[in-house]
Amino acid sequence: MKRFLIISRQSPYGSAAAREATELALACALFDQPVALLLLDDACYQLLPEHQPETIAQKNLSAMQQSLPLYDVDKIFVCQRSLAQRGLTLDSLSLAVTSLDTRQISALIRTYEMVINV
Amino acid sequence: MSDTTLHILNRGPNQTELLQHCLDAMTSGDALLLIEDGVYWSTAHFTEKLSGVDLYVLTADLEARGLKEPRGQSVDDDGFVDLTVVHSRSVSWC
Amino acid sequence: MKFTLLIQSAPIDSQSSATALRFARALLKKGHTIERIFFYRSGVHSANRLTLAPQDETNLPQEWQHLVSDNSLDAVVCIAAAIRRGIVNQDETARYGIEGENLLQAVELSGLGQLIAAATQSDRLVTFGGGG
Repeated sequence: MKRFLIISRQSPYGSAAAREATELALACALFDQPVALLLLDDACYQLLPEHQPETIAQKNLSAMQQSLPLYDVDKIFVCQRSLAQRGLTLDSLSLAVTSLDTRQISALIRTYEMVINV
Repeated sequence: MSDTTLHILNRGPNQTELLQHCLDAMTSGDALLLIEDGVYWSTAHFTEKLSGVDLYVLTADLEARGLKEPRGQSVDDDGFVDLTVVHSRSVSWC
Repeated sequence: MKFTLLIQSAPIDSQSSATALRFARALLKKGHTIERIFFYRSGVHSANRLTLAPQDETNLPQEWQHLVSDNSLDAVVCIAAAIRRGIVNQDETARYGIEGENLLQAVELSGLGQLIAAATQSDRLVTFGGGG
């Protein structure tokens, strides 16, 4: 058993990056590995509510993210500085996540054996 | 063996925030290896930004880009491998 | 030591696949074991057999094919990432009723579970490429 930390820095829909990060986190959980997701920079935008990606013929990332807790990906972290830089607050997000400052992020990384920036 | 991380950065000064995340994540005992476009961070202009960092630079990428006298220690591919062995995990910032 | 390598960017868009190839060679030279090489996201293009390169340029998929088959390595392409990008083997062309399989012979098409299983068996996971 290994602990996986998946890091995403990309916004949804502009590329497949956010979806493929989410899929990797889900896969870790499906294979019974402890996993957490850390969102940095534009990845904060993945958590905005009320996506309507059908307007651009894409699947809803929020819907996929809502399933993360069901698959035991119960730890979703977001970078406090990235949120602030984008004028976002925790209560404006579509999922219950934990915000971390840089010291906490540094400490977090040390607790995972496998760290993947997707 | 102590629990340390090898941070690997492959993007250059176009991505300042990426470097910042990488530096913020580093703690004592960690090392930073610059590869690909990341090697531009090893030039003199950025010395202050990377001060106090245990810094390594991939020689092939450095030479390919016409860079000389990098800050930090030059390593070849074997040295890259050794760094991943010495540290307990690697984090690629990309 | 046992390593799993993860490649996430396409040869043409990023240097990362080439860096990973050199790293893999150095690993073997130094006597380490490669548990698995896993291609995810646009990294799957590294396994496109139909990639052509001018004579004075490196054909990365061909280089991967040599490395994997010469050393009997285990190399897997993420099936979900691959078929979305048009990287398919014979099973997939048959399944979808299309023509033109293009996956490198030495590489298998399988799920993300193969990455996770390999990582759990490895001492180190090293990622090449990715991001936006």
